[in-house]
Amino acid sequence: MNLFERYFTGRKEPQLDTDMIWPEGDESSIKLFTRRFKKHKLAVAGLGVIIILTLCAIFAPLIAPYDPTTVTESFGAAPSMDHLMGTDQVGRDQLSRLIYSARVSLSVGVGSILIAVAIGTILGLISGYFGGWIDSLIMRITDMFMAFPYIMLILVVASIVGPGLMNMIIILGVLGWPGIARLVRGNVLTLKEAEYVKASVVLGYSTPRILFHHILPNTVAPILIYATSGIAGAILDEAALSFLGLGVQPPTPSWGNMLASAQSLTVLTSQPWLWIPPGVMIILSVLSINFVGDALRDALDPKNTK
Amino acid sequence: MTEMDDLLAVNHLQTAFDTDQGLVVSVDDVSFRLKPGETLALVGESGSGKSVTALSVMQLLGKGSRIVGGKVWFEGTNVLELDDKLMREIRGNKISMIFQEPMTSLNPVLTIGYQMCESIMLHLKQSKKEAREAAIAMLRKVGLPRVEQIMDEYPLALSGGMRQRVMIAMALSCKPKVLIADEPTTALDVTVQAQIMQLMKELCEESGTAILLITHDLGVVAEMADRVLVMYAGQVVEETDVYTLFDHPEHPYTKGLLKSIPRIDADEHESLESIPGVVPVRYQNIAGCRFYNRCPIATETCKSVLPPLAITNEGHYTRCWEVGNIKEGVWEEAYE
Repeated sequence: MNLFERYFTGRKEPQLDTDMIWPEGDESSIKLFTRRFKKHKLAVAGLGVIIILTLCAIFAPLIAPYDPTTVTESFGAAPSMDHLMGTDQVGRDQLSRLIYSARVSLSVGVGSILIAVAIGTILGLISGYFGGWIDSLIMRITDMFMAFPYIMLILVVASIVGPGLMNMIIILGVLGWPGIARLVRGNVLTLKEAEYVKASVVLGYSTPRILFHHILPNTVAPILIYATSGIAGAILDEAALSFLGLGVQPPTPSWGNMLASAQSLTVLTSQPWLWIPPGVMIILSVLSINFVGDALRDALDPKNTK
Repeated sequence: MTEMDDLLAVNHLQTAFDTDQGLVVSVDDVSFRLKPGETLALVGESGSGKSVTALSVMQLLGKGSRIVGGKVWFEGTNVLELDDKLMREIRGNKISMIFQEPMTSLNPVLTIGYQMCESIMLHLKQSKKEAREAAIAMLRKVGLPRVEQIMDEYPLALSGGMRQRVMIAMALSCKPKVLIADEPTTALDVTVQAQIMQLMKELCEESGTAILLITHDLGVVAEMADRVLVMYAGQVVEETDVYTLFDHPEHPYTKGLLKSIPRIDADEHESLESIPGVVPVRYQNIAGCRFYNRCPIATETCKSVLPPLAITNEGHYTRCWEVGNIKEGVWEEAYE
């Protein structure tokens, strides 16, 4: 008789559950995501707007009736059959400029957020995982970046490195990372206590491997949500800077510098076709992106069981 | 007794924590030997230093704790002297570990297959395809159904018992020499516990893997272990083979533990015995025997002089002044 039976009588050893039949898994995660996302009617509409804008940006040369920089014969003309949205003071077709502007705004939005996410994620991962003085150092730098008056800083940097699309993307990207770094750091702080992270240490994985293969995938959802609203913010920043003349330079059209024409009182009062459409486009794109961001947050929230 | 013959030899290990009150020694002078294929159980109540001993061997102590003395020999090398890179090659490859919590030990955003293959590819330097085949074979071995599907599923699709099976498969996939199991069944349903233990035992016997089993469940010990190490307040109080432990325990603490096991054949009206008192909190300052305040047979000597872990019989070591030849004043220390 073995010891177990001697000391703990009356228990039979159960059989292995190899033959158990398991039901097919729940709804797949993609299906679940789609279902939750669809609950936000505004977000679905927003996604539609974003898709249309993206297509316009990509196929601008095919859609636009005129070249956006070519000067035509009519100056400051009101909307007509020739020029559906009229022309600006130097005679460029307003509709074509509006379509081409989508390129600038979207590339600034996406480009700068990519840079910000890259910097912020790496710094946040390092900061959260290693802790100690590395964490303090990175977080103090983050604080410094956050404490600076944002628009002032952008204005100063833009006037030093000079205006232009690429500079614009880089400036907004390099200044946009602190929020993401904090977000990622906070996530890593909780994740690194997780058993599965400890388990990967026990399995002998190297630190970069643990950081990028095991911790990073768990923080993708919050980063994605943050990045979405970041795109909207970057579009607004670009518009503001271009409005002030430090962003994208004419003749390249951007919604911001198109709005700049409204700085003159005559345009504001008597030529509304010059400033209402770019203003509407800014509002529309930013709102759409924010709605999508909201829906993403709800759809990706693991605590949401609806 | 040489360190070289044994797979794992821990010699006078001391691990301490840095606290506001200074250095607190949590594992004090722990020694043991693990032979290939053997199962050694570390038994003791919470806070007796079982887990810290295991983490010291793996060198996975967190911040604020460190090994202050002793040596850990693994296959003839002192692992405490290895740098992080060499240690990583041992972890998961030659010594692997299973944790208490199967529900949270798998990464929720990676598929089972990915997590299984990762360590096989890393340690055994196999290609993706070979690793996948090895992983599937291993999952079959641990008795999981519809293995091919499970490979592409996420941990949330599995139950606790299934996850612990996956963890065992992962831990054994690189054919380690030593498997450290830190209370592997505590978080599981009682009905699944016995299955998992049985499975671990079978697989380790098959591959010749030695098990260092940390538990406070004496039922598990009786079922699994070859040798047992009873720990109390950071020290080993008794070490012997499992049969001797249950039949002829020597240390009063071990005796108390065995008496406090609930038995199914016990009289209904009999109340369960327990050891009065609690483990002393700051035990490092105790000059004498650490069990003194709870011991039914303590004497004046016990209060002031720490008993040695002495050989009382062949392969039976006890730390008590009131036992056999130690009482007579003739003894030999177990680990020089």
